[in-house]
Amino acid sequence: MRRQIARALWSHWRRAPLLLFTLVAGLALATALWSGVQAINAEARASYDAAAATLGEGRFDQLVREGGIARADYVALRRAGWQVSPVIEGRLGGVRIVGLDPLTAPGGIGPVAMDESDLAAFLSGDGAVYGAQAALDALPPGPAERVLAPDVAPGTVLTDIAVAAGLLGRDPAVIDRLIVAEVQPRIVPPLDEVAPGLTRRTAQGGADIGRLTDSFHLNLTAFGLLAFAVGIFIVHGAIGLAFEERRPLVRTLRALGAPLSTVVWMMGLELLALALIAGALGLALGFALAGALLPDVAATLRGLYGAEVAGSLSLRPGWALAALGISVGGAALAGASALWRIARMPLLAAGRPRAWARGGARGLALQAVAGALLLAVAGGIVLVGGGLGAGFAALGALLVGGALLLPPLLDRALALGARTARGPVAGWLWADGRQQLPGLSLALMALLLAMAANVGVSTMVGSFRSTFTAFLDQRLFADLYVDAGDGDRGAALEAALAGRATVLPVLIVTGEVSGVPVEIQAARDVPAFAANWRFLSAGPDPWGALASGRGAFVSEQLARRAGLSLGEAVDLPGGALPVVAIHADYGNPAGQVILGEAAFRARFPEVSAERFGLLLDAPEAEIRAALADLGIDDSAITDQAALKAFSLGVFERTFSVTGALNVLTLAVAGFAMLMSLLTLAAMRLPQVAPVWASGLTRVQLGRMELARTALLAGFTALAALPLGLALAWMLLAVVNVAAFGWRLPMMLFPGDWARLFALALLAGALASAWPAWRLARTPPAQLLKVFANER
Amino acid sequence: MLLDVKGLRKSYPGGDGPVPVLRGVDLSVRGGETLALTGESGSGKSTFLHLVAGLDRADAGSIWLDGEEVADLDDRGRARLRRGTVGIVFQQFNLIPSLDVAGNIAFQARLAGRDDPGRVADLAARLGLEDQMAKYPEDLSGGQQQRVAIARVLAARPKLVLADEPTGNLDEATAERVMEVMTALVAETGAALLVVTHSERLAAGLSRRVHLARGVVS
Ligand SMILES: Nc1ncnc2c1ncn2[C@@H]1O[C@H](COP(=O)(O)OP(=O)(O)OP(=O)(O)O)[C@@H](O)[C@H]1O
Ligand SMILES: [Mg+2]
Repeated sequence: MRRQIARALWSHWRRAPLLLFTLVAGLALATALWSGVQAINAEARASYDAAAATLGEGRFDQLVREGGIARADYVALRRAGWQVSPVIEGRLGGVRIVGLDPLTAPGGIGPVAMDESDLAAFLSGDGAVYGAQAALDALPPGPAERVLAPDVAPGTVLTDIAVAAGLLGRDPAVIDRLIVAEVQPRIVPPLDEVAPGLTRRTAQGGADIGRLTDSFHLNLTAFGLLAFAVGIFIVHGAIGLAFEERRPLVRTLRALGAPLSTVVWMMGLELLALALIAGALGLALGFALAGALLPDVAATLRGLYGAEVAGSLSLRPGWALAALGISVGGAALAGASALWRIARMPLLAAGRPRAWARGGARGLALQAVAGALLLAVAGGIVLVGGGLGAGFAALGALLVGGALLLPPLLDRALALGARTARGPVAGWLWADGRQQLPGLSLALMALLLAMAANVGVSTMVGSFRSTFTAFLDQRLFADLYVDAGDGDRGAALEAALAGRATVLPVLIVTGEVSGVPVEIQAARDVPAFAANWRFLSAGPDPWGALASGRGAFVSEQLARRAGLSLGEAVDLPGGALPVVAIHADYGNPAGQVILGEAAFRARFPEVSAERFGLLLDAPEAEIRAALADLGIDDSAITDQAALKAFSLGVFERTFSVTGALNVLTLAVAGFAMLMSLLTLAAMRLPQVAPVWASGLTRVQLGRMELARTALLAGFTALAALPLGLALAWMLLAVVNVAAFGWRLPMMLFPGDWARLFALALLAGALASAWPAWRLARTPPAQLLKVFANER
Repeated sequence: MLLDVKGLRKSYPGGDGPVPVLRGVDLSVRGGETLALTGESGSGKSTFLHLVAGLDRADAGSIWLDGEEVADLDDRGRARLRRGTVGIVFQQFNLIPSLDVAGNIAFQARLAGRDDPGRVADLAARLGLEDQMAKYPEDLSGGQQQRVAIARVLAARPKLVLADEPTGNLDEATAERVMEVMTALVAETGAALLVVTHSERLAAGLSRRVHLARGVVS
């Protein structure tokens, strides 16, 4: 009997191949979208890791000693539990060669964090050197294999420590410095006991890109889920229709004696099978997509992994399982209610398929009330405040509420249009659009979410980009960053470079303000500061007040946590000062206070500068030579200008990839519309035939079909704009603050909106192109059948 | 002559080649004339009406309607014909479901550029539809729907009104009332009327009667 039931159920699909296609394609696209976003997120992470890696050497404390560190000291430190990693470096033909020990180097250092399979290549034979093209080209000829790795900082090549020693003709037993990992065992013997004579050079402060990018990831993850929600809308529509249409069949089967439980059970099984097939298809699609969208990644990977191009893009079991799970889960989510209704259907109920998604006026009103309530809930949560969970709850309420409100809103708008339309054709177009609304509303909701996600993504990414760029400009405006090692040499540096560079000493102490841990820093009174720093808020002439010691700047985090605002006094060692400006200090967990240099030196006379930013007025080579004369070698100098340009380039790449996400979600929403229009097409003839008989041509009807869909898409796009902005605002101003304690300033990009609006119209027009063409080509005999005596 | 049909032929594709339905129909109708067209089921009455109204294309023959050869017209020309010159009432499903009764009645007239709210109100009153104007087709009975369809055609003031069993779905009393109103209104506008009907009584009320059998009119 089961076989008979299965055959009967399956026969439905043979007669409705379009529906089957919709169902499988919808699920596959939802899965592909999710996998695609995952890939983009992974790309973003890889980019940040790369950016972090180039900053890597500066991120860690280092152990150094005049004349080098003996291998024995290194071994002793490791034995004692110290997590340190040796570095040998030098210059060869103008290229800086950095030799690392991949086995002990902390994560994030090196081309990318390597796993074991890459080690062999890194360590084997004559070895390989990794670097950007320019650096590899500048390297003198040698036996080492050159591997292109665009992520490596400019002018630098990375290689294994032994290879570096060989290239530089150095004794591998003498180490230049040791990198100290961030995390150390809780109890290690003091440095002096294990290896006396080593100096610990503390990490370079400044932009903590890692924390800044965590926020970006959180936002991208939120959008990844949103993209999946768009897909689920499609699946929901397709599954709902597939089950509704088979109600008569189920009734017949039951009347013929098939137990309900078996029928429901088998339909569930069928759905599972379809979901698995669709999930596999979606996975392949997402995979192809990632490959197409991320050529940069592939190039990078090719450079790093040699022959193993597929390395990171190979099918990871976890990824595949997650994609299948998403597909099955999505189908279950969408199918549960449909199955439940089938299971509850009384045997004698009308077997006629219920009109699909027919809302009716009361349904619309209910939907409007529910949507408004959800929006109110979202607003309430924001007002009351709360943690990250509350923020996400508010986000969810906002999105579902917005989606629910769309059909009632569209209905009102179309009714208004119909009332005010001039001319019979326009009037019919509006009224007809209104009639089509119930059948299209799921697809339109998907479009709404896709558009809102688009506005949200572009706002978020745009805001992030300008913030990040401005922030890098502010923090990395020096050309070189030099660690002199100690105060005396620092003083010598200032004297030696006078007239050849603007020297910006890093004067810093840590302390506490109103119970908040802070860094207190000095800013020298030079025009470069005023030119590059941007404030979140400032009183009149903040730089003048700072230089004359009449005021201090505080960071946003400190202002928030200590409840400080402009003009209020910040309690500092040596006397309180009024806050004259609040500056952004994204990503820094500690608060920050900036004082004028004179005021700082008066309060902290014991602090001398060991590190300096340099704005060069003389050629870089000359400055480097002067520094070398002071005993400051290249390892203590960071090329900040190159670093900044490089970091921006890496981020730019990620930003451009997110643009692809936008187009993709819209494409999926467009597909949802196409499928809805095609399933509605059969019910369409009786609605258009009388219009045709009254004197419109079929071509005109086809054009109306296009216009109507574009109209609906346009209205949806208009509704999506405020929703998307609200979404972006929540992410930047609510979720981000809850998660990281600082607010990403929101910027508006009306140009993007115009482009998106045009894209939405295009998606609508493309989705209706085929149905419209079919309508325009309908044979008259088919239209006349509508009026025939028997139908 | 308002309508002059000569040697009209039409066949439909069948299992073993084309099946001829009309095999050379000749018919002339003067302005203001009222005709009943009778014939067995399947004899091709609807087919004939559709060809005259420019809804479908004939295989051969000519249809001169108000000085124009329908066969020479393209889609747009035929649409123009349907808007202004000829109006057709089908047996059912005449109405545009997304428009209310008032919108349905005025639709064709407005398309033809003969919008006249006074006439719409007058027609509605004469056909007993005053109270239904804000309703939608799905909320009307079959008879009401047919009256709306008749009002729609008459509001557009066509020169030729075609009606394909307009009362086929109605009970006899209602059918008679609807036909009476229709003939009266057509007479007022001076239009010609061609009605397909099986009813002897309805046919008797019209000025001429033609019969379609074996593909020709007698
Ligand atoms: N689209 C079509 N395709 C194929 N055959 C058709 C088509 N339309 C009509 N026919 C055939 O043409 C013949 C004439 O049909 P038509 O509808 O004109 O008859 P009728 O006289 O109006 O009949 P009735 O009184 O039942 O309405 C019938 O045999 C019918 O089956
Ligand atoms: Mg007929």
